[in-house]
Amino acid sequence: MKTFIRATGNISPQKTFGPSVLLQDVVVQNGNRLRCTEPDYLKFIDAKAIRRMSRIIKMGTAAAMECLREAAIQNPDAIVMGTAYGCLEDTGIFLKKMVEQKEEMLTPTAFIQSTHNTIGAQIALLIQCHNYNNTFVHRGFSFESALLDAMMLLEENAATTVLAGAADEITDASHAILSRFGLYKKEIANNADLYSIQTKGTIAGEGSAFFLLSNQPAEKDYATLDALYTFYRPADTKQIEQQIANFLERQSVAAADIDVVITGRNGDTKGDIIYNEIITTLFKNNRTANYKHLCGEYPTSTAFALWLAASVIKESKLPATLGANSPQKIKKILIYNHYENIHHSLMLVSAC
Amino acid sequence: MDKLMTDLKGQIVERLNLQHIKPEDIGDDQPLFVEGLGLDSIDALELIVLMQQQYNIKLNNAEDGPKVFRSVRTMADYIKSQHAG
Amino acid sequence: MYSKSAAVYVAGIGVVSAIGNNTASCLQALENSEAGIGPVTSLDTIHKNIIPVAEVKLSNEEIAEATGLSAAISRTALLGMMAAKEAWLDAGISNALHLRTGFVSANSVGGMDRTELFFPSFLKDKNSGRLKNVVNHECGAVTELVAGGLGIKNFVTTISTACSSSANSIFFGARLIKHNILDVVVAGGADALTKFTLNGFNTLQILDKEFCQPFDENRRGLNLGEGAGYVVLVSERIAATIKDQLYCTLSGYSNANDAHHQTASSPDGAGSYAAMKGALALSGLHTKDISYINLHGTGTFNNDISEGTAIQRLFEPHYPKMSSTKAFTGHTLGASGGIEAVFSSLAIKHNIIYPNLRLQTPMTALPFVPERAFQKNVAVNHVLSNSFGFGGNCSSLIFSKL
Repeated sequence: MKTFIRATGNISPQKTFGPSVLLQDVVVQNGNRLRCTEPDYLKFIDAKAIRRMSRIIKMGTAAAMECLREAAIQNPDAIVMGTAYGCLEDTGIFLKKMVEQKEEMLTPTAFIQSTHNTIGAQIALLIQCHNYNNTFVHRGFSFESALLDAMMLLEENAATTVLAGAADEITDASHAILSRFGLYKKEIANNADLYSIQTKGTIAGEGSAFFLLSNQPAEKDYATLDALYTFYRPADTKQIEQQIANFLERQSVAAADIDVVITGRNGDTKGDIIYNEIITTLFKNNRTANYKHLCGEYPTSTAFALWLAASVIKESKLPATLGANSPQKIKKILIYNHYENIHHSLMLVSAC
Repeated sequence: MDKLMTDLKGQIVERLNLQHIKPEDIGDDQPLFVEGLGLDSIDALELIVLMQQQYNIKLNNAEDGPKVFRSVRTMADYIKSQHAG
Repeated sequence: MYSKSAAVYVAGIGVVSAIGNNTASCLQALENSEAGIGPVTSLDTIHKNIIPVAEVKLSNEEIAEATGLSAAISRTALLGMMAAKEAWLDAGISNALHLRTGFVSANSVGGMDRTELFFPSFLKDKNSGRLKNVVNHECGAVTELVAGGLGIKNFVTTISTACSSSANSIFFGARLIKHNILDVVVAGGADALTKFTLNGFNTLQILDKEFCQPFDENRRGLNLGEGAGYVVLVSERIAATIKDQLYCTLSGYSNANDAHHQTASSPDGAGSYAAMKGALALSGLHTKDISYINLHGTGTFNNDISEGTAIQRLFEPHYPKMSSTKAFTGHTLGASGGIEAVFSSLAIKHNIIYPNLRLQTPMTALPFVPERAFQKNVAVNHVLSNSFGFGGNCSSLIFSKL
């Protein structure tokens, strides 16, 4: 059984939403925090519904609606998504009011909008979808778990179409807290410099990407998602390389068969060690591309990577903004990413 | 009374995040719930707290809710009746 | 390689709730009609003597000592570890860490109990507040603390779909086995009481200021509870090696969405109906085969009539015995599906039916009445367990005798 990527919807710090030339120019933002380029939400979501949606719910909903529009589907057989942080803005608002008002005169809106499954639930509510609906909230595996659930549903024939996606946001509060944990570069001019500065930390990102997956082919499919694999807390670089090699072997794919390897390089010296390693060993003869200078670092960034891989395969070439001299006829892409050296994932995407 | 209703309309739009509506578009007697403005049970809870915070009024009886919140005018009437005397 | 007909067995169970710190004491409380509801003791809140809750009668220090985890971590992780460890030891699969073993957990607000200790300082000054109180804020981080305690690294994930969370994690675990991805899955959920959820539910005005009365005509709302419940699911191959330890099979499951309102359920219980029907369809059972329904039965006006109506539509005219154990444990949110899965497994193993406590006046709109007394020696062959949550997320599980 194959998993076909029939349509996508992507709200990110780049101009990725809606029909457009793939990454024609790179949006450059100063500092260590990338913000999404957001559409006019009223074009996608009814005004009456929109009032009950915080920013991340709007982002997720609009990305999902755009995906469904492209797929020409009104009601998918399932909706599954991943979010590591959930609805941070509303969580923060409710906490703030709880503290400042000493638990008095609190109102429900921020609370009900703070639950992690709200995005998936709002999508279902908007399109009146009574089918399977699930939300995964496991850090750097949130999106991968949602994809796995989707692929299993398709394999079970419990669904023919699955709307699968992810959403994560940065708020002022979360940026402040994660900065204190040392996640982000203290000094960086802008995202274009991400890989040239060899220092600790990366840049903060956010976004929401959705995919319409199916076990039936269709004329305008982007690509197939051939395989997905995750591994958790590997002991060392050797184990990581072994996992990647074993993954390729299981798929009967050699490094030479891969046209582009998209890596989750994020500019952090420690985190990038493994990427530096594999491009000299396993993938020494492969063309590689990075994506986190486009969307920043966040637990569900692989949704952006999958969108990128699928879009590149659809065009069959890399956009100039991702490097000169694109290989001709790109048919197979491997995505390898890790989040904080804890959550590692591999995705193999091929032309149909 | 008119000022109270004008204030209420502004507060309703702001509190309930009714982005697509201007306060002056809400009719004095327009039904707020189900039909008319189409508010729901969560909005009702927000309005109850609004009454408390802005006007220091607690609904005596939860069952009075639908009557009190039927329209901006009924809300204003209730506020005045609680403040009078 | 997916096998639809592959059986999935429950080989171990573990639970901690307001009525007991382990399976045996919970069972005893259920038999003796001893509910665990009372005043708030653990949270510093203005609702302290107003809103009753169902607290686990253990301090963080006591749980830390029992589990080997630190007392300074989220109570959600501590409760989770307590129940998951009991389930793990109960299953007693000696080489589990050499098999393809996974941990699929669930919770609703992650480490919020610690985050709310951080927030007041942080609000005053962005550079203050102890970072160790937010390092495990995320739902997934709490899961990883427990996975670490159990030594499970092969597969780990977390689901959060409000009150149906751990029902979803259990059947996701079952599907991982049917897809031959894993052999053993510890699945369930945990949730600790927090000011965040207490206040949140209070703003919705669905909390009962007295002890809740699920499925009563004059019910007033729910009592929040805390706890954790896990089952150890195994494949047929593993089950064959531990035959004596098995409780039951997970023979059916389904997930549907009500798509009616953000928090309220539809009057005709569309989502609940679809979830129950779907679970029955998968199990190949008829409504008449169900011996007992463990109701979601929170005690809110809305849930009970919605769930009750869905049951009427589906089961008419043959209604199985049913009860809501939330009258004992309170509504444990992300843990409820897991806790009730444990109770369901026990019902099958011991042929018992739990009472629906404090039911005084049956609901006039419904043609059935939940059981009011604990019963033994009842042929409990198939149990349907319901978990319906905010966001219209409805899930139902069916457990069956071996």
